[in-house]
Amino acid sequence: MKLGGRLCCVCNQRRAALKRPKTLEQICRECFYAVFEEEIHQVILENKLFKPGERIAIGASGGKDSTVLAYVLSELNRRHNYGLDLFLLSVDEGITGYRDDSLETVKRNELQYGLPLKIVSYKDLYGWTMDEIVKMIGLKNNCTFCGVFRRQALDRGAALLKVDKVATGHNADDIAETVLLNILRGDIARLSRCTSIITGEDGPIPRCKPFKYTYEKEIVMYAYFKKLDYFSTECIYSPNAYRGFAREFIKDLERIRPRAILDIIKSGEDFRIATSTKMPEQGTCERCGYISSQKWCKACVLLEGLNRGLPKLGIGRNQGLNSDAKKDIKKDDRTKSIESKQCGSLEF
Amino acid sequence: MHLMLEFGGGLELLCESVKVHNVNVDMPKGADKLTMKDLLAWVRTNLIKERPEMFMKGESVRPGVLVLVNDCDWELSGQLDTTLEDKDVVVFISTLHGG
Repeated sequence: MKLGGRLCCVCNQRRAALKRPKTLEQICRECFYAVFEEEIHQVILENKLFKPGERIAIGASGGKDSTVLAYVLSELNRRHNYGLDLFLLSVDEGITGYRDDSLETVKRNELQYGLPLKIVSYKDLYGWTMDEIVKMIGLKNNCTFCGVFRRQALDRGAALLKVDKVATGHNADDIAETVLLNILRGDIARLSRCTSIITGEDGPIPRCKPFKYTYEKEIVMYAYFKKLDYFSTECIYSPNAYRGFAREFIKDLERIRPRAILDIIKSGEDFRIATSTKMPEQGTCERCGYISSQKWCKACVLLEGLNRGLPKLGIGRNQGLNSDAKKDIKKDDRTKSIESKQCGSLEF
Repeated sequence: MHLMLEFGGGLELLCESVKVHNVNVDMPKGADKLTMKDLLAWVRTNLIKERPEMFMKGESVRPGVLVLVNDCDWELSGQLDTTLEDKDVVVFISTLHGG
């Protein structure tokens, strides 16, 4: 085996193990761990993401970002005395062969990191699994359903845990992709919000993204070197998602100029919307009270469509809810407390 | 040349779900060394059983696939120009999946 030849540019003692895309520095493992963890600590401090005594739910899918987030937050909480109560919160969308496997990983994380785990499922919350939804609507637009439902599912799980905030593992690559996606779609409202490191402060549970400036490559290298346990398969429905195009482009860009990812985020942060542009107003859903810029929130609209069946399919379907076309989101006899609550009417 | 290849991050699905492969790779004809470029071509022909576009794009790995040679980022050793030696360990990790 040949010797590395290059020394770490930080300590000048150990062999360099990777080239950081963020800075192009050649760095050894130990210095990499230190700088990776310290940078995240600085992001947390500078953006005042947490306050001592807060209960924080980490959105955990068993994937690389959320596993590393759980590991690093636990570690920093201990090392710097953030004084936080950390939890793992998982959403079971009901995707066979994907989610069931990744949930096994989160259950292992619960033991490995000593963080209590809560799982909420689409089946319990909405009466539909993603598999059932895809059977109904086909392979187009499923990510729209899933994304909308997951966002609310996280909020409801967070309310059950009585946490103050939710932390998600969205990384720099994700956010750069989202900026591009919103430009490609002309979604000005989302464009103005998507680079915020804290969102939803005016809603029930604020969310934050401690990995906003962290490169995906570094998250994977950190997990690899530290031998962290994570699940890594693409969702079986994702190849049809529009986001795939933005992702491909960002990855090609990164190869040529790695700094582009952070620069796109900076551009996104500095966008100013022309004062003459009409922006949607944020109000609440008439049916369930959740935050919405339309009369009904997206989840209610989607659910109604599902429960009535698409016009082109012709007939509504029984799916564990009353098939009565006049029904609301109220469930029948299975009165689990979460089900009889309409999304948005969360008491805490 | 004997090499140990590892596929992670979901790439193992392209090689019939086998993560670790102990392989014997011949030098390309007329060459006195084996480079990563040669190895990639060899892997595509001999190990990748489906959807090669998930592993490679052009002559190199698909953007988003990380490569480590003896636990070192191949960006440090010249990427495709990295020369390989007997008993080297090459790891391919895909980052292209949910987090």
